Amino acid sequence: MTEPLIRVEGVVTRFGDNRVHDGVSLHVRQGEIYALMGGSGSGKSTLLRELVLLHRPDAGRIEVLGKDLARIDWREAAWLRRQWGVLFQSGALYSSMTVAQNVAMTLREYSALPPAVMDEVVRLKLRMVGLPARAAELYPAELSGGMVKRAALARALAMDPRLLFLDEPTSGLDPVSAEAFDQLIVKLRDRLGLTVVMVTHDLDSLFTIVDRFAVLGDGKVVAEGPLDEVIHNPHPVIRDFFWGARGRLRTHHGQ
Amino acid sequence: MSRRDPPATLDVSRRDDGWYLTAAGDWTAERLEAVVGPLRSLGRRLCDRPVVWDFSAVHRIDSAGLLLWLHHRRRLESLGCRQRVVGQSAELRRLLELLRDYPVEAPPPPPKGRFFDPLTALGRFVVGGWRDFIAFLAFLGEDFVTLLRTLRHPSELRVDAIAHHIQEAGIRALPIITLTSFLIGVVIAYQGAVQLQKFGANLFVVDMIGISVTRELAPLITAIVVAGRTGSAYTAELGVMKITEEIDAMRVMGFEIHRFLVLPRILALMIALPLMIFFADLIGILGGMVVAHLHLNLSFSEFIHRTQNVVAVKHYWIGLLKGPFFAWLIATVGCFRGLQVSRDTESIGRYTTISVVNAIFLVIACDALFSVVLTELGL
Repeated sequence: MTEPLIRVEGVVTRFGDNRVHDGVSLHVRQGEIYALMGGSGSGKSTLLRELVLLHRPDAGRIEVLGKDLARIDWREAAWLRRQWGVLFQSGALYSSMTVAQNVAMTLREYSALPPAVMDEVVRLKLRMVGLPARAAELYPAELSGGMVKRAALARALAMDPRLLFLDEPTSGLDPVSAEAFDQLIVKLRDRLGLTVVMVTHDLDSLFTIVDRFAVLGDGKVVAEGPLDEVIHNPHPVIRDFFWGARGRLRTHHGQ
Repeated sequence: MSRRDPPATLDVSRRDDGWYLTAAGDWTAERLEAVVGPLRSLGRRLCDRPVVWDFSAVHRIDSAGLLLWLHHRRRLESLGCRQRVVGQSAELRRLLELLRDYPVEAPPPPPKGRFFDPLTALGRFVVGGWRDFIAFLAFLGEDFVTLLRTLRHPSELRVDAIAHHIQEAGIRALPIITLTSFLIGVVIAYQGAVQLQKFGANLFVVDMIGISVTRELAPLITAIVVAGRTGSAYTAELGVMKITEEIDAMRVMGFEIHRFLVLPRILALMIALPLMIFFADLIGILGGMVVAHLHLNLSFSEFIHRTQNVVAVKHYWIGLLKGPFFAWLIATVGCFRGLQVSRDTESIGRYTTISVVNAIFLVIACDALFSVVLTELGL
């Protein structure tokens, strides 16, 4: 068994009086597609923000690639930030730059590549996420929702990260695009050896591409593991999730 | 796999059976610096014997490193070098496979020479200006229709919003207005005092301050401060609302933008600005009075007495009258530019700048118009 790439132990997060996390513990292994699930307000996105150094938990320990996030200095933080790519829910593309410039941004800042090669890297990434070549010169405001997600994924992949964080990658996509996006993630994981952590509500993604996942509820991880193990967990949060009207349909068909 | 891995290197050595290009280290995007130069210097001289790329010592390679290498391999190929590759790692082979899956298309040819064509630039400028003007007329029309409707149904007027904007644009601006108008009074009094003392006409400093401050300076300075402070705020507020689609949300809910956002802002500023000008009049005269007292030994009571005698009340009224006109210009331009903001963040900055520049220019132009018209009318 490989050493976990991400280890979260006893994380507590408070917003005022509201305890979002009350001792969350989980771990993500090398090369897996790991999902964080849970209802709205269960703190999935907050946990993701904590993993990528956007928010600091009130207590507990988070280790990413062997670094304790609470104790790293700025050098290590800078190194860490180049090891991951993050896809935000709304894409968060820089609106004053074209898609190509968005993707090239990190390459321009962190590498010494000559412009011609940089351009090739950008075009490769755009091809990989399935964007047509002409999309490179468009501005984010001119893209459709699905294209924004793809462009943002291309940007997240620009530096060939080892870790990919996705915040609701398939939300707002039509079923066909969502399916294609899921397949894309699997393919990238296989080809680039990525480890993927995603926040998702999408039961389809869960059934088709996710290796292991954690379900958050009441500020804790109520279950963690592969689908077959978690699905029969009697915890009410999980029952509602998989045996509610929508979940039941998918659960039956999925098996 | 830690950050202490050695960066990418390339060793070029010539042997009898070929050129050996030995790559080593971490060929990943951020660590390629040391090989960019050596790769570029590879040239025709290598074509005299087979070129052997040796990748067995490469620790890691990513797509940036791979594409950099392929770029130069293609270049050597086009020069006619014979090349072969040894020591490909599994990672390298996987990346090559990936590349085969996603053949990179040639980029579409960029549009040619459009940007430097002065005629095209002029054409764009003129058409852009014309469209701007038409859009502004449409905006004015919509605003005017909303105003007329509101006059017919006064209950539709958003009184709360107006009060809120009077507080934001008027009352909160009083400290800066106090400071600027006081200083204006001081400056006028100082400069006047130096000249008037030469003639022994100390007392006339009162006329000078009384007339110039109330008629010209207080309205103008106040309007310029408000243009910078409130005009820009209006543009930025409406611009951000446009980016976050709040404006669209209001439209689909049937809340007309002009009734809810634009008209309250314009009316609020038209009410607030004359009041602020009145306030600036007082403070400006006070500033002059203090200097006259310290510098020209003119007592406060003498100053006030003289002011009442020589400064005709028409100057004061003319100054106040300018207020609503300036306010209308500032608020209208501010709101219009705010609604022009498109969906990228940069345009907020651009339109806010345009809005303030337009507003200040229009205020000064309007003041000049007042000056000419009122003088011709003999006022």
